[in-house]
Amino acid sequence: MAGKKIIVCDMDKCAGCELCEYACSIYKDGEINWNRARIRHIRIEPIYDIAILCRKCESPECMRACPREAISVIGDSSVMIDEEKCNGCGWCVEACDFGAMRLDEVNDHAYTCDFCAEYEQPKCVEVCPFEALEFTTLDQVSFDKGKRALMRVIQEKGAG
Amino acid sequence: MEVLPEEIARKYIGGYGLVAWSLYNEIPAGVDPLSPQNVIALWTGPVAGTPVPVSSKYVLGALSPLTGFIGFGISSGGIASELKAAGWDGIVIHGRASSPVYLYINNKSIEIKDAGHLWGKSTWDTEEEIRRELDDDEIRVAGIGPSGELMNRLANITNDRNRQVGRTGMGAVMGSKNLKAICMRGTESVEVAALDELMELCRDLYLRCRGPATEKYRVFGTPANVLVHNRLGCLPTNNFQKGTFKYAEDVSGETMLKNLVKKISACPSCPIACDHINMVEEGPWAGAVASVDYESLELLGPNCGVGDLNAITRAVEYCDTLGMDTISAGGTIAWAMECYERGLLSKEDCDGLELRFGNAEAMVEAVRRMCLREGKLGELLSDGSARAAEKVGKDSSQYVITNKKMEWGAYSMRSLQTSTLGFATSVRGADYLRSGSYQDDVKGKVDRYKLDRSRGKIVYEGENLYAAIDSMVICKFTRGIYKDPGEMARVIRLVTGFDMDEEEMIRAGERIHNQAKLFNIRFGAARKDDYPPPRAFNEKLYDDVSDGAVIKYEEYEEALSGYYEHRGWNEEGVPTKELLKKLELDMGMGVE
Repeated sequence: MAGKKIIVCDMDKCAGCELCEYACSIYKDGEINWNRARIRHIRIEPIYDIAILCRKCESPECMRACPREAISVIGDSSVMIDEEKCNGCGWCVEACDFGAMRLDEVNDHAYTCDFCAEYEQPKCVEVCPFEALEFTTLDQVSFDKGKRALMRVIQEKGAG
Repeated sequence: MEVLPEEIARKYIGGYGLVAWSLYNEIPAGVDPLSPQNVIALWTGPVAGTPVPVSSKYVLGALSPLTGFIGFGISSGGIASELKAAGWDGIVIHGRASSPVYLYINNKSIEIKDAGHLWGKSTWDTEEEIRRELDDDEIRVAGIGPSGELMNRLANITNDRNRQVGRTGMGAVMGSKNLKAICMRGTESVEVAALDELMELCRDLYLRCRGPATEKYRVFGTPANVLVHNRLGCLPTNNFQKGTFKYAEDVSGETMLKNLVKKISACPSCPIACDHINMVEEGPWAGAVASVDYESLELLGPNCGVGDLNAITRAVEYCDTLGMDTISAGGTIAWAMECYERGLLSKEDCDGLELRFGNAEAMVEAVRRMCLREGKLGELLSDGSARAAEKVGKDSSQYVITNKKMEWGAYSMRSLQTSTLGFATSVRGADYLRSGSYQDDVKGKVDRYKLDRSRGKIVYEGENLYAAIDSMVICKFTRGIYKDPGEMARVIRLVTGFDMDEEEMIRAGERIHNQAKLFNIRFGAARKDDYPPPRAFNEKLYDDVSDGAVIKYEEYEEALSGYYEHRGWNEEGVPTKELLKKLELDMGMGVE
């Protein structure tokens, strides 16, 4: 599935500004409430920052954990939650290895990132001021890593 | 719980404005700053919790135990946005708890909880411990360390590890109230008047935040100033005796980035990220971790003759975790070093420390002892240099570099004279952040080696704008990204719905500044309090760049009178009745 696009976060670039969370709530929910964002910034002091969200797992743990079959996978592995079937039990929240499943405690249902299906590209990626977030394929990530390694060698040893 | 009248919210904007308003209306003359009668006011601004760049800022103020006048500090981190999301704009604290407590605000619920087990702990440990015991990693904590508990007049308040209400001894006021920490958690949405339009403007502002106006903060952080100031001969060195430092390269932002910075970090809602976090990996200070800013670095470094970034990092870490203002700590130790070298302090007075300029180990150890008020030296220095000089006597007060008993920021007095006028007239004591008048000196817009009547206007205009910025509250590092103050007023409009324009915003800044000044007058402020220390007039600066620079007393008198005139104050620095009427101050307690 080389073509499956996810949002990756470069921990070296992420400064922990949380503007991804602001953007998520503003563009997806029409309100400012970073607490409900589908993307979540986590800081481990003193120097680690990351933004975590749905990884589009192939056979997602969240789906397998759901006793009501409210969770399905659509398109290129985006997770969809049937809010009618979901009763907010939270097993999917516990099952997700990345903490990417969230619970709307007011309306009693789970929710997660849909990669801004209604927009051209995810808003958090657009807004990230540090270019730490990228909407890309893991294949491209590995290619970029290889390219970076080569650039490093060239810089250290000199071109030619 | 009280609802802030809309008229007051508009007239005082928020932050600094509401702190000045609260303190003016709640603290009568004669109150002892460390008594239960002092009042702590913590206010966010209208933009806190919104996507406005670097808007998660709060102002915490009280009558200052250091200056005896208005005290306050402005800090960033997550406190302001979290408080907003909990549904509150500010907190006003009266009285004193009978035993150590902390305040926990969780949305609408407010609890005063026992802090006996936290007393004595560092600010970082306190933050972690509170999150652990309340089982919520997203709680924001603003707390004091042992220094605040001991009511050291230089004590600060730390939140989110690296952000401080640093100046004017606000940590001591919390300590005097037995208040270890103020914590908050909010999960509600934050409402603004015009979200779509605001977000569109913010997206544009984010891009500008990544442009040239903020480049120096992003790349090297504020320590970028070290080499700039050294070139201009205005890098305070050896207790302001010199304006250049032999080892400036060793403590430059450039060197720090190369050798020590392990992370560049941002506050919530900040697209700049100025926080440069150092980790020392080897040598006697291995393991030291601290976010190091220009002022801290300069006063604990060059001003103490110290050219060792590892030592400076450790000293800043002590200040942040044990709870003391880095600027005043550096200024006080530099004073003590000069006294030591002049024979006014003996090795015995210093409990065996060789307190000479350039002795990095002695500087770090002195910081630690000050924070903990340990031994004779700690006892002597932990309330600042002005009070220490009263105890030491002889001519030691000649070497104190303060205004209103607060230590001078890292801008040389004699080679940046417009800056000096701004520092000395500042309502909270020697302070570069009230008017930013150093900028005209540094940028060469005026002759920085002399003063005249017109400099008063630079300070006056700077103060009014900065008072408005500090009331919104936005980060001063973003001031260059706005096209003009009118665009800042537009931000206030989109957030609050008030049809505020630039003129009204600046007028509010002027009103706020006058309110703070009236508070000071209640506590005895007069013209005599608006002068730089003796060294500025009595001694020439000696170094390669600014050799021979000195402030002429008559020129200073002229400039000060010019400043009062621009302000509409009389020769003693008291606002006239007509001015107060014109500015429509809220005078609750009336003018004395």
